[in-house]
Amino acid sequence: MSNFDLTGTVALVTGASGGIGSATVQALAGAGARVIATDMAQTATVAGATDYRPLDVTDEDGWAALAAYVDATYGRLDILVNNAGISVTDAIADTSLATFRRCMQINVEGIFLGTRAMADLLAKSGADRRGGSSIINLSSVGGLAGAPFMSAYCASKGAVRLFTKCAALEYAALKQPIRVNSVHPGGIDTNMMDTIYARYVETGAFPDEETARATVSAGHALGRMGTPQEIADGIGYLAAPAASFMTGSELVIDGGMTAH
Amino acid sequence: MAVAGRLDGRVALVSGALRGIGHAIAQCLAADGATTIITDLDTPDSQPVIDILAAMPNARYLRLDATEEAAWQAARDAIEADHGRLDILVNNVGADLTGKVQDIDLASWRRLMTLNIDTVFLGTKTFQPMLARTGATTPYGSSIVNISSIMGLVGMGEVSAYNASKGAVRLFTKSNALEFADAGVPIRVNSVHPGFVDTPLLRKGMERWAERDGTVTAQELIAQMAETTPVKRLAQPIEIGKVVAFLASDDASYMTGSEVVVDGGWTAR
Repeated sequence: MSNFDLTGTVALVTGASGGIGSATVQALAGAGARVIATDMAQTATVAGATDYRPLDVTDEDGWAALAAYVDATYGRLDILVNNAGISVTDAIADTSLATFRRCMQINVEGIFLGTRAMADLLAKSGADRRGGSSIINLSSVGGLAGAPFMSAYCASKGAVRLFTKCAALEYAALKQPIRVNSVHPGGIDTNMMDTIYARYVETGAFPDEETARATVSAGHALGRMGTPQEIADGIGYLAAPAASFMTGSELVIDGGMTAH
Repeated sequence: MAVAGRLDGRVALVSGALRGIGHAIAQCLAADGATTIITDLDTPDSQPVIDILAAMPNARYLRLDATEEAAWQAARDAIEADHGRLDILVNNVGADLTGKVQDIDLASWRRLMTLNIDTVFLGTKTFQPMLARTGATTPYGSSIVNISSIMGLVGMGEVSAYNASKGAVRLFTKSNALEFADAGVPIRVNSVHPGFVDTPLLRKGMERWAERDGTVTAQELIAQMAETTPVKRLAQPIEIGKVVAFLASDDASYMTGSEVVVDGGWTAR
Protein backbone atom coordinates (compact mmCIF):
# COMPACT_ATOMS: atom_id res chain seq x y z
CA MET A 1 0.00 0.00 0.00
CA SER A 2 1.30 3.42 -0.93
CA ASN A 3 2.57 5.62 1.87
CA PHE A 4 0.22 8.28 0.57
CA ASP A 5 -2.88 6.08 0.58
CA LEU A 6 -5.70 7.08 2.96
CA THR A 7 -8.05 4.16 2.30
CA GLY A 8 -10.04 3.25 5.41
CA THR A 9 -9.50 6.60 7.13
CA VAL A 10 -12.04 9.21 8.18
CA ALA A 11 -11.12 12.88 7.87
CA LEU A 12 -12.84 16.08 9.01
CA VAL A 13 -12.19 19.43 7.33
CA THR A 14 -13.49 22.72 8.75
CA GLY A 15 -14.21 25.69 6.51
CA ALA A 16 -14.64 23.16 3.72
CA SER A 17 -16.60 25.41 1.36
CA GLY A 18 -13.71 27.84 0.90
CA GLY A 19 -10.85 27.67 -1.57
CA ILE A 20 -8.25 25.71 0.37
CA GLY A 21 -10.92 23.80 2.32
CA SER A 22 -12.72 22.43 -0.73
CA ALA A 23 -9.44 21.54 -2.45
CA THR A 24 -8.41 19.70 0.72
CA VAL A 25 -11.64 17.68 0.77
CA GLN A 26 -10.97 16.59 -2.82
CA ALA A 27 -7.32 15.76 -2.17
CA LEU A 28 -8.10 13.62 0.90
CA ALA A 29 -11.03 11.92 -0.84
CA GLY A 30 -8.84 11.31 -3.88
CA ALA A 31 -6.37 9.47 -1.64
CA GLY A 32 -9.15 7.25 -0.33
CA ALA A 33 -10.39 8.94 2.83
CA ARG A 34 -14.04 9.36 3.73
CA VAL A 35 -14.28 13.09 4.32
CA ILE A 36 -16.70 14.95 6.56
CA ALA A 37 -16.91 18.52 5.30
CA THR A 38 -18.02 21.25 7.70
CA ASP A 39 -18.74 24.94 7.30
CA MET A 40 -21.13 27.64 8.51
CA ALA A 41 -24.02 26.97 6.08
CA GLN A 42 -26.80 24.65 7.25
CA THR A 43 -26.49 22.60 4.07
CA ALA A 44 -23.89 22.55 1.34
CA THR A 45 -22.54 20.32 -1.38
CA VAL A 46 -18.79 19.91 -1.28
CA ALA A 47 -17.30 17.88 -4.13
CA GLY A 48 -15.66 14.71 -2.89
CA ALA A 49 -17.15 14.86 0.60
CA THR A 50 -18.89 11.79 2.06
CA ASP A 51 -20.85 13.92 4.46
CA TYR A 52 -21.55 17.55 5.29
CA ARG A 53 -22.28 18.90 8.76
CA PRO A 54 -22.84 22.55 9.71
CA LEU A 55 -20.26 23.76 12.24
CA ASP A 56 -19.39 27.15 13.68
CA VAL A 57 -15.85 26.43 14.90
CA THR A 58 -16.25 28.91 17.77
CA ASP A 59 -19.22 26.94 19.17
CA GLU A 60 -17.99 24.64 21.94
CA ASP A 61 -21.28 22.71 22.09
CA GLY A 62 -21.26 22.35 18.30
CA TRP A 63 -17.86 20.63 18.49
CA ALA A 64 -19.06 18.27 21.24
CA ALA A 65 -22.14 17.34 19.20
CA LEU A 66 -20.02 16.79 16.10
CA ALA A 67 -17.58 14.54 17.99
CA ALA A 68 -20.51 12.45 19.22
CA TYR A 69 -21.90 12.29 15.69
CA VAL A 70 -18.57 11.22 14.15
CA ASP A 71 -18.10 8.56 16.81
CA ALA A 72 -21.64 7.20 16.37
CA THR A 73 -21.61 7.31 12.55
CA TYR A 74 -18.02 6.38 11.69
CA GLY A 75 -16.55 5.09 14.96
CA ARG A 76 -13.25 6.78 14.23
CA LEU A 77 -11.44 9.94 13.15
CA ASP A 78 -7.95 9.76 11.64
CA ILE A 79 -7.42 13.21 10.22
CA LEU A 80 -8.55 16.62 11.49
CA VAL A 81 -7.86 19.62 9.26
CA ASN A 82 -8.46 22.83 11.21
CA ASN A 83 -8.81 25.01 8.14
CA ALA A 84 -11.63 27.47 8.98
CA GLY A 85 -10.36 31.00 9.28
CA ILE A 86 -10.90 34.62 8.37
CA SER A 87 -8.67 37.49 7.39
CA VAL A 88 -8.72 41.00 8.80
CA THR A 89 -7.10 43.77 6.78
CA ASP A 90 -7.11 46.99 8.71
CA ALA A 91 -4.71 49.52 10.15
CA ILE A 92 -4.20 48.90 13.87
CA ALA A 93 -5.73 52.31 14.49
CA ASP A 94 -8.92 51.24 12.72
CA THR A 95 -9.22 47.73 14.19
CA SER A 96 -11.97 47.49 16.81
CA LEU A 97 -11.52 45.24 19.82
CA ALA A 98 -14.55 43.26 18.64
CA THR A 99 -12.92 42.63 15.25
CA PHE A 100 -9.61 41.66 16.86
CA ARG A 101 -11.36 39.22 19.19
CA ARG A 102 -13.47 37.76 16.38
CA CYS A 103 -10.30 37.02 14.40
CA MET A 104 -8.65 35.35 17.40
CA GLN A 105 -11.83 33.43 18.13
CA ILE A 106 -12.28 31.90 14.69
CA ASN A 107 -8.61 31.42 13.84
CA VAL A 108 -7.20 30.30 17.19
CA GLU A 109 -9.98 29.38 19.59
CA GLY A 110 -11.57 27.29 16.82
CA ILE A 111 -8.41 25.19 16.59
CA PHE A 112 -8.17 24.79 20.36
CA LEU A 113 -11.81 23.68 20.55
CA GLY A 114 -11.48 21.29 17.61
CA THR A 115 -8.31 19.73 18.96
CA ARG A 116 -9.75 19.27 22.41
CA ALA A 117 -13.08 17.90 21.18
CA MET A 118 -11.58 15.38 18.75
CA ALA A 119 -8.43 14.28 20.63
CA ASP A 120 -9.97 11.18 22.25
CA LEU A 121 -11.34 9.93 18.95
CA LEU A 122 -8.07 10.70 17.14
CA ALA A 123 -6.01 8.94 19.83
CA LYS A 124 -8.22 5.85 19.64
CA SER A 125 -8.10 5.69 15.82
CA GLY A 126 -4.38 6.44 15.64
CA ALA A 127 -3.49 3.38 17.69
CA ASP A 128 -4.18 0.97 14.81
CA ARG A 129 -2.90 3.08 11.95
CA ARG A 130 0.66 3.39 10.67
CA GLY A 131 1.93 6.89 11.43
CA GLY A 132 -0.97 7.48 13.83
CA SER A 133 -3.64 10.14 13.52
CA SER A 134 -2.90 13.58 12.14
CA ILE A 135 -4.06 17.06 13.03
CA ILE A 136 -3.24 19.72 10.44
CA ASN A 137 -3.67 23.34 11.45
CA LEU A 138 -3.80 26.06 8.81
CA SER A 139 -1.46 28.88 9.77
CA SER A 140 0.00 31.16 7.08
CA VAL A 141 3.15 32.94 5.99
CA GLY A 142 1.49 35.59 8.19
CA GLY A 143 2.32 33.29 11.13
CA LEU A 144 6.02 33.41 10.24
CA ALA A 145 6.56 37.02 9.21
CA GLY A 146 4.58 40.22 9.68
CA ALA A 147 2.60 42.13 7.09
CA PRO A 148 1.36 45.71 7.36
CA PHE A 149 -2.38 46.18 7.94
CA MET A 150 -2.68 42.50 8.95
CA SER A 151 -1.89 42.72 12.68
CA ALA A 152 -4.88 40.76 14.00
CA TYR A 153 -4.50 38.11 11.30
CA CYS A 154 -0.74 37.75 11.83
CA ALA A 155 -1.20 37.58 15.60
CA SER A 156 -3.78 34.82 15.18
CA LYS A 157 -1.61 32.82 12.78
CA GLY A 158 1.43 33.19 15.07
CA ALA A 159 -0.74 31.72 17.81
CA VAL A 160 -1.70 28.78 15.57
CA ARG A 161 1.98 28.07 14.86
CA LEU A 162 2.87 27.78 18.55
CA PHE A 163 -0.33 26.02 19.64
CA THR A 164 0.54 23.38 17.05
CA LYS A 165 4.03 22.83 18.44
CA CYS A 166 2.73 22.56 21.99
CA ALA A 167 0.00 20.09 21.03
CA ALA A 168 2.58 17.99 19.13
CA LEU A 169 4.90 17.81 22.14
CA GLU A 170 2.07 17.19 24.55
CA TYR A 171 0.59 14.22 22.67
CA ALA A 172 4.10 12.82 22.16
CA ALA A 173 4.78 13.14 25.88
CA LEU A 174 1.45 11.48 26.68
CA LYS A 175 2.30 8.66 24.21
CA GLN A 176 -0.88 9.39 22.27
CA PRO A 177 -0.60 8.53 18.56
CA ILE A 178 -1.54 11.97 17.22
CA ARG A 179 0.85 13.99 15.09
CA VAL A 180 0.20 17.73 14.90
CA ASN A 181 1.65 20.02 12.23
CA SER A 182 0.97 23.46 10.80
CA VAL A 183 0.74 24.48 7.15
CA HIS A 184 1.83 27.96 6.05
CA PRO A 185 0.47 28.93 2.64
CA GLY A 186 1.71 32.00 0.81
CA GLY A 187 -0.70 33.99 -1.36
CA ILE A 188 -3.23 31.54 -2.78
CA ASP A 189 -5.92 32.38 -5.33
CA THR A 190 -8.99 32.15 -3.10
CA ASN A 191 -11.96 34.28 -2.09
CA MET A 192 -10.00 35.24 1.03
CA MET A 193 -7.24 36.80 -1.07
CA ASP A 194 -9.84 38.65 -3.16
CA THR A 195 -11.24 40.09 0.07
CA ILE A 196 -7.74 41.10 1.16
CA TYR A 197 -7.08 42.90 -2.16
CA ALA A 198 -10.39 44.77 -1.84
CA ARG A 199 -9.55 45.78 1.72
CA TYR A 200 -6.04 46.89 0.68
CA VAL A 201 -7.69 49.25 -1.78
CA GLU A 202 -10.18 50.51 0.82
CA THR A 203 -7.40 51.13 3.35
CA GLY A 204 -5.42 53.05 0.73
CA ALA A 205 -2.47 50.64 0.68
CA PHE A 206 -2.92 50.07 -3.06
CA PRO A 207 -4.66 52.17 -5.75
CA ASP A 208 -6.60 49.22 -7.21
CA GLU A 209 -7.04 45.47 -6.82
CA GLU A 210 -4.98 44.62 -9.93
CA THR A 211 -1.96 46.43 -8.47
CA ALA A 212 -2.49 44.71 -5.11
CA ARG A 213 -2.62 41.29 -6.74
CA ALA A 214 0.40 42.00 -8.94
CA THR A 215 2.42 43.17 -5.92
CA VAL A 216 1.46 40.13 -3.83
CA SER A 217 2.23 37.82 -6.77
CA ALA A 218 5.65 39.39 -7.23
CA GLY A 219 6.38 38.79 -3.53
CA HIS A 220 6.73 35.07 -4.28
CA ALA A 221 10.11 33.91 -5.60
CA LEU A 222 8.18 31.93 -8.22
CA GLY A 223 6.50 35.18 -9.29
CA ARG A 224 2.93 33.88 -9.12
CA MET A 225 0.11 33.09 -6.73
CA GLY A 226 -0.38 29.54 -5.50
CA THR A 227 -3.42 27.38 -6.20
CA PRO A 228 -5.59 25.76 -3.50
CA GLN A 229 -4.60 22.37 -4.93
CA GLU A 230 -0.94 23.07 -4.12
CA ILE A 231 -1.83 23.53 -0.45
CA ALA A 232 -4.24 20.60 -0.37
CA ASP A 233 -1.53 18.25 -1.63
CA GLY A 234 0.74 19.33 1.24
CA ILE A 235 -2.09 18.66 3.67
CA GLY A 236 -2.63 15.24 2.09
CA TYR A 237 1.02 14.45 2.69
CA LEU A 238 0.86 15.43 6.37
CA ALA A 239 -2.29 13.31 6.76
CA ALA A 240 -0.64 10.21 5.30
CA PRO A 241 1.66 7.52 6.75
CA ALA A 242 4.39 9.09 4.58
CA ALA A 243 4.65 11.86 7.19
CA SER A 244 4.92 9.43 10.12
CA PHE A 245 8.05 11.16 11.52
CA MET A 246 6.63 14.68 11.23
CA THR A 247 5.13 16.30 14.29
CA GLY A 248 5.41 19.87 15.58
CA SER A 249 6.64 20.91 12.14
CA GLU A 250 5.70 23.86 9.99
CA LEU A 251 5.18 23.06 6.33
CA VAL A 252 5.73 26.24 4.34
CA ILE A 253 4.14 26.25 0.87
CA ASP A 254 4.75 29.77 -0.32
CA GLY A 255 6.56 29.79 -3.66
CA GLY A 256 9.67 30.99 -1.88
CA MET A 257 8.07 34.07 -0.32
CA THR A 258 9.66 33.64 3.12
CA ALA A 259 12.94 32.19 1.82
CA HIS A 260 14.28 35.70 1.23
CA MET B 1 24.22 48.67 33.89
CA ALA B 2 22.16 51.76 33.64
CA VAL B 3 23.14 54.31 31.04
CA ALA B 4 22.39 57.48 32.98
CA GLY B 5 20.76 60.19 30.93
CA ARG B 6 20.02 57.98 27.91
CA LEU B 7 16.28 58.46 28.43
CA ASP B 8 16.30 61.98 29.89
CA GLY B 9 13.16 63.87 28.91
CA ARG B 10 11.39 60.71 27.72
CA VAL B 11 8.10 59.47 29.16
CA ALA B 12 7.48 55.73 29.46
CA LEU B 13 4.52 53.56 30.42
CA VAL B 14 4.92 49.98 31.64
CA SER B 15 1.89 47.72 32.15
CA GLY B 16 1.90 45.16 34.96
CA ALA B 17 4.80 47.01 36.56
CA LEU B 18 4.40 46.51 40.31
CA ARG B 19 6.05 43.11 40.39
CA GLY B 20 8.51 40.81 38.69
CA ILE B 21 9.75 41.66 35.21
CA GLY B 22 7.51 44.73 34.87
CA HIS B 23 8.89 46.22 38.05
CA ALA B 24 12.47 45.62 36.90
CA ILE B 25 11.70 47.20 33.51
CA ALA B 26 10.31 50.30 35.24
CA GLN B 27 13.43 50.48 37.43
CA CYS B 28 15.73 50.31 34.42
CA LEU B 29 13.82 52.93 32.41
CA ALA B 30 13.74 55.25 35.41
CA ALA B 31 17.45 54.68 36.08
CA ASP B 32 18.22 55.76 32.51
CA GLY B 33 16.28 58.99 33.09
CA ALA B 34 12.75 58.37 31.81
CA THR B 35 9.70 59.67 33.62
CA THR B 36 8.17 56.25 34.21
CA ILE B 37 4.48 55.60 34.57
CA ILE B 38 3.93 52.38 36.48
CA THR B 39 0.56 50.76 35.88
CA ASP B 40 -1.05 47.76 37.52
CA LEU B 41 -4.30 46.65 39.16
CA ASP B 42 -3.53 47.73 42.74
CA THR B 43 -5.16 50.85 44.14
CA PRO B 44 -2.90 53.92 44.38
CA ASP B 45 -2.96 53.86 48.20
CA SER B 46 -1.81 50.23 48.47
CA GLN B 47 1.51 49.42 50.15
CA PRO B 48 3.34 48.09 47.05
CA VAL B 49 2.57 51.35 45.22
CA ILE B 50 3.71 53.49 48.15
CA ASP B 51 6.94 51.49 48.48
CA ILE B 52 7.82 51.66 44.79
CA LEU B 53 7.11 55.37 44.43
CA ALA B 54 9.25 56.05 47.52
CA ALA B 55 12.16 54.22 45.85
CA MET B 56 11.72 55.82 42.40
CA PRO B 57 11.52 59.62 42.46
CA ASN B 58 10.82 59.96 38.70
CA ALA B 59 8.00 57.43 38.68
CA ARG B 60 4.27 57.85 39.03
CA TYR B 61 1.48 55.35 39.36
CA LEU B 62 -1.71 54.94 37.37
CA ARG B 63 -4.22 52.19 38.11
CA LEU B 64 -4.90 50.42 34.80
CA ASP B 65 -6.84 47.25 34.02
CA ALA B 66 -5.09 46.54 30.71
CA THR B 67 -7.94 44.32 29.52
CA GLU B 68 -10.36 47.30 29.46
CA GLU B 69 -10.32 49.58 26.43
CA ALA B 70 -11.94 52.44 28.39
CA ALA B 71 -9.23 52.15 31.06
CA TRP B 72 -6.51 52.54 28.41
CA GLN B 73 -8.28 55.59 27.02
CA ALA B 74 -8.51 57.12 30.51
CA ALA B 75 -4.77 56.48 31.03
CA ARG B 76 -4.03 58.14 27.68
CA ASP B 77 -6.08 61.21 28.62
CA ALA B 78 -4.34 61.47 32.00
CA ILE B 79 -0.86 61.20 30.44
CA GLU B 80 -1.79 63.69 27.71
CA ALA B 81 -2.92 66.17 30.35
CA ASP B 82 0.03 65.67 32.71
CA HIS B 83 2.96 65.04 30.35
CA GLY B 84 1.73 65.82 26.83
CA ARG B 85 3.82 62.99 25.38
CA LEU B 86 4.67 59.29 25.45
CA ASP B 87 7.97 57.98 24.05
CA ILE B 88 8.01 54.41 25.30
CA LEU B 89 5.25 51.84 25.75
CA VAL B 90 6.13 48.50 27.33
CA ASN B 91 3.32 45.96 27.00
CA ASN B 92 4.42 43.69 29.81
CA VAL B 93 1.22 42.61 31.52
CA GLY B 94 0.49 38.91 31.22
CA ALA B 95 -0.38 35.69 32.95
CA ASP B 96 0.43 32.02 32.63
CA LEU B 97 -1.70 28.94 32.20
CA THR B 98 -0.48 25.35 32.14
CA GLY B 99 -2.27 22.05 31.82
CA LYS B 100 -3.19 19.49 29.22
CA VAL B 101 -5.29 20.64 26.26
CA GLN B 102 -7.95 18.19 27.44
CA ASP B 103 -8.21 19.94 30.81
CA ILE B 104 -8.32 23.60 29.74
CA ASP B 105 -11.80 25.09 29.84
CA LEU B 106 -12.79 27.69 27.26
CA ALA B 107 -13.25 30.44 29.86
CA SER B 108 -9.63 30.00 31.08
CA TRP B 109 -8.37 29.97 27.50
CA ARG B 110 -10.20 33.22 26.70
CA ARG B 111 -9.05 34.87 29.91
CA LEU B 112 -5.41 34.12 29.04
CA MET B 113 -5.80 35.43 25.49
CA THR B 114 -7.44 38.57 26.86
CA LEU B 115 -4.57 39.13 29.32
CA ASN B 116 -1.68 38.29 27.02
CA ILE B 117 -2.70 39.54 23.58
CA ASP B 118 -5.79 41.78 23.79
CA THR B 119 -3.80 43.94 26.21
CA VAL B 120 -0.97 44.38 23.69
CA PHE B 121 -3.44 45.31 20.97
CA LEU B 122 -5.33 47.77 23.18
CA GLY B 123 -2.19 49.48 24.50
CA THR B 124 -0.76 49.81 21.00
CA LYS B 125 -3.97 51.07 19.46
CA THR B 126 -4.74 53.57 22.21
CA PHE B 127 -1.27 55.09 22.41
CA GLN B 128 -0.27 54.96 18.74
CA PRO B 129 -1.28 58.57 17.92
CA MET B 130 0.54 59.97 20.96
CA LEU B 131 3.64 57.81 20.36
CA ALA B 132 3.66 58.88 16.69
CA ARG B 133 3.38 62.55 17.55
CA THR B 134 6.08 62.30 20.22
CA GLY B 135 8.33 60.22 17.97
CA ALA B 136 8.33 62.96 15.36
CA THR B 137 10.09 65.23 17.89
CA THR B 138 12.96 62.87 18.83
CA PRO B 139 15.94 61.80 16.68
CA TYR B 140 14.92 58.14 16.22
CA GLY B 141 11.24 58.01 17.13
CA SER B 142 9.22 56.28 19.80
CA SER B 143 9.52 52.68 20.92
CA ILE B 144 7.01 49.95 21.73
CA VAL B 145 8.40 46.87 23.46
CA ASN B 146 6.13 43.82 23.73
CA ILE B 147 7.04 41.09 26.19
CA SER B 148 6.64 37.70 24.52
CA SER B 149 8.57 34.66 25.78
CA ILE B 150 10.75 31.80 24.59
CA MET B 151 7.34 30.09 24.64
CA GLY B 152 6.47 32.36 21.69
CA LEU B 153 9.34 30.75 19.73
CA VAL B 154 9.21 27.06 20.62
CA GLY B 155 6.50 24.78 21.95
CA MET B 156 6.34 22.87 25.21
CA GLY B 157 3.87 20.20 26.30
CA GLU B 158 1.05 21.31 28.62
CA VAL B 159 1.73 24.97 27.80
CA SER B 160 -0.57 25.26 24.76
CA ALA B 161 -2.61 28.33 25.68
CA TYR B 162 0.45 30.28 26.86
CA ASN B 163 2.38 29.13 23.75
CA ALA B 164 -0.43 30.33 21.52
CA SER B 165 -0.75 33.70 23.24
CA LYS B 166 2.99 34.44 23.12
CA GLY B 167 3.23 33.31 19.49
CA ALA B 168 0.50 35.87 18.81
CA VAL B 169 2.52 38.61 20.52
CA ARG B 170 5.57 37.79 18.38
CA LEU B 171 3.71 38.15 15.07
CA PHE B 172 1.53 41.09 16.17
CA THR B 173 4.81 42.87 16.87
CA LYS B 174 6.21 42.20 13.41
CA SER B 175 3.04 43.33 11.64
CA ASN B 176 2.99 46.54 13.68
CA ALA B 177 6.63 47.25 12.90
CA LEU B 178 6.01 46.92 9.16
CA GLU B 179 2.73 48.83 9.26
CA PHE B 180 4.31 51.82 10.98
CA ALA B 181 7.47 51.69 8.85
CA ASP B 182 5.44 51.55 5.62
CA ALA B 183 3.34 54.53 6.67
CA GLY B 184 6.37 56.55 7.84
CA VAL B 185 5.07 56.55 11.43
CA PRO B 186 8.08 57.07 13.74
CA ILE B 187 7.46 54.17 16.10
CA ARG B 188 9.78 51.18 16.37
CA VAL B 189 8.18 47.94 17.63
CA ASN B 190 10.12 44.95 18.96
CA SER B 191 9.44 41.87 21.07
CA VAL B 192 11.49 40.50 23.95
CA HIS B 193 11.58 36.77 24.66
CA PRO B 194 12.67 35.99 28.21
CA GLY B 195 13.56 32.47 29.24
CA PHE B 196 12.93 31.35 32.81
CA VAL B 197 12.98 34.38 35.09
CA ASP B 198 12.85 34.25 38.87
CA THR B 199 9.52 36.03 39.44
CA PRO B 200 6.45 35.58 41.64
CA LEU B 201 4.53 34.56 38.47
CA LEU B 202 6.99 31.74 37.74
CA ARG B 203 6.97 30.50 41.34
CA LYS B 204 3.17 30.52 41.53
CA GLY B 205 2.94 28.75 38.17
CA MET B 206 5.32 26.04 39.32
CA GLU B 207 3.39 25.62 42.58
CA ARG B 208 0.22 25.01 40.56
CA TRP B 209 2.08 22.60 38.27
CA ALA B 210 3.48 20.67 41.27
CA GLU B 211 0.05 20.53 42.89
CA ARG B 212 -1.48 19.09 39.73
CA ASP B 213 1.36 16.65 39.13
CA GLY B 214 1.61 15.38 42.71
CA THR B 215 5.01 13.71 42.23
CA VAL B 216 7.27 16.73 42.17
CA THR B 217 7.68 19.91 44.22
CA ALA B 218 7.79 23.48 42.90
CA GLN B 219 11.38 23.75 44.15
CA GLU B 220 12.37 20.68 42.14
CA LEU B 221 10.68 22.05 39.03
CA ILE B 222 12.52 25.36 39.39
CA ALA B 223 15.80 23.50 39.95
CA GLN B 224 15.11 21.49 36.76
CA MET B 225 14.57 24.73 34.84
CA ALA B 226 17.91 26.07 36.00
CA GLU B 227 19.59 22.74 35.22
CA THR B 228 18.23 22.61 31.66
CA THR B 229 19.31 26.19 30.93
CA PRO B 230 22.82 26.33 29.39
CA VAL B 231 23.97 28.97 31.89
CA LYS B 232 22.56 26.78 34.71
CA ARG B 233 20.52 29.45 36.44
CA LEU B 234 17.30 31.42 36.17
CA ALA B 235 17.39 35.05 35.06
CA GLN B 236 16.91 37.88 37.50
CA PRO B 237 14.14 40.29 36.39
CA ILE B 238 16.66 43.13 36.08
CA GLU B 239 18.42 41.18 33.30
CA ILE B 240 15.25 41.53 31.21
CA GLY B 241 14.73 45.14 32.27
CA LYS B 242 18.15 46.16 30.95
CA VAL B 243 17.37 44.76 27.52
CA VAL B 244 14.02 46.55 27.41
CA ALA B 245 15.70 49.84 28.36
CA PHE B 246 18.11 49.36 25.44
CA LEU B 247 15.25 48.75 22.98
CA ALA B 248 13.44 51.79 24.37
CA SER B 249 16.47 54.01 23.79
CA ASP B 250 17.99 55.60 20.69
CA ASP B 251 20.79 53.02 20.98
CA ALA B 252 18.34 50.64 19.24
CA SER B 253 17.50 53.17 16.51
CA TYR B 254 17.74 50.67 13.62
CA MET B 255 15.80 47.91 15.37
CA THR B 256 12.17 47.32 14.46
CA GLY B 257 10.22 44.09 14.02
CA SER B 258 13.02 42.24 15.82
CA GLU B 259 12.77 39.53 18.44
CA VAL B 260 15.31 39.77 21.22
CA VAL B 261 15.85 36.47 23.01
CA VAL B 262 17.07 36.71 26.62
CA ASP B 263 17.16 33.12 27.76
CA GLY B 264 20.60 32.06 28.98
CA GLY B 265 20.99 29.98 25.83
CA TRP B 266 17.82 27.91 26.26
CA THR B 267 16.64 28.13 22.63
CA ALA B 268 20.17 28.19 21.16
CA ARG B 269 20.24 24.39 21.12
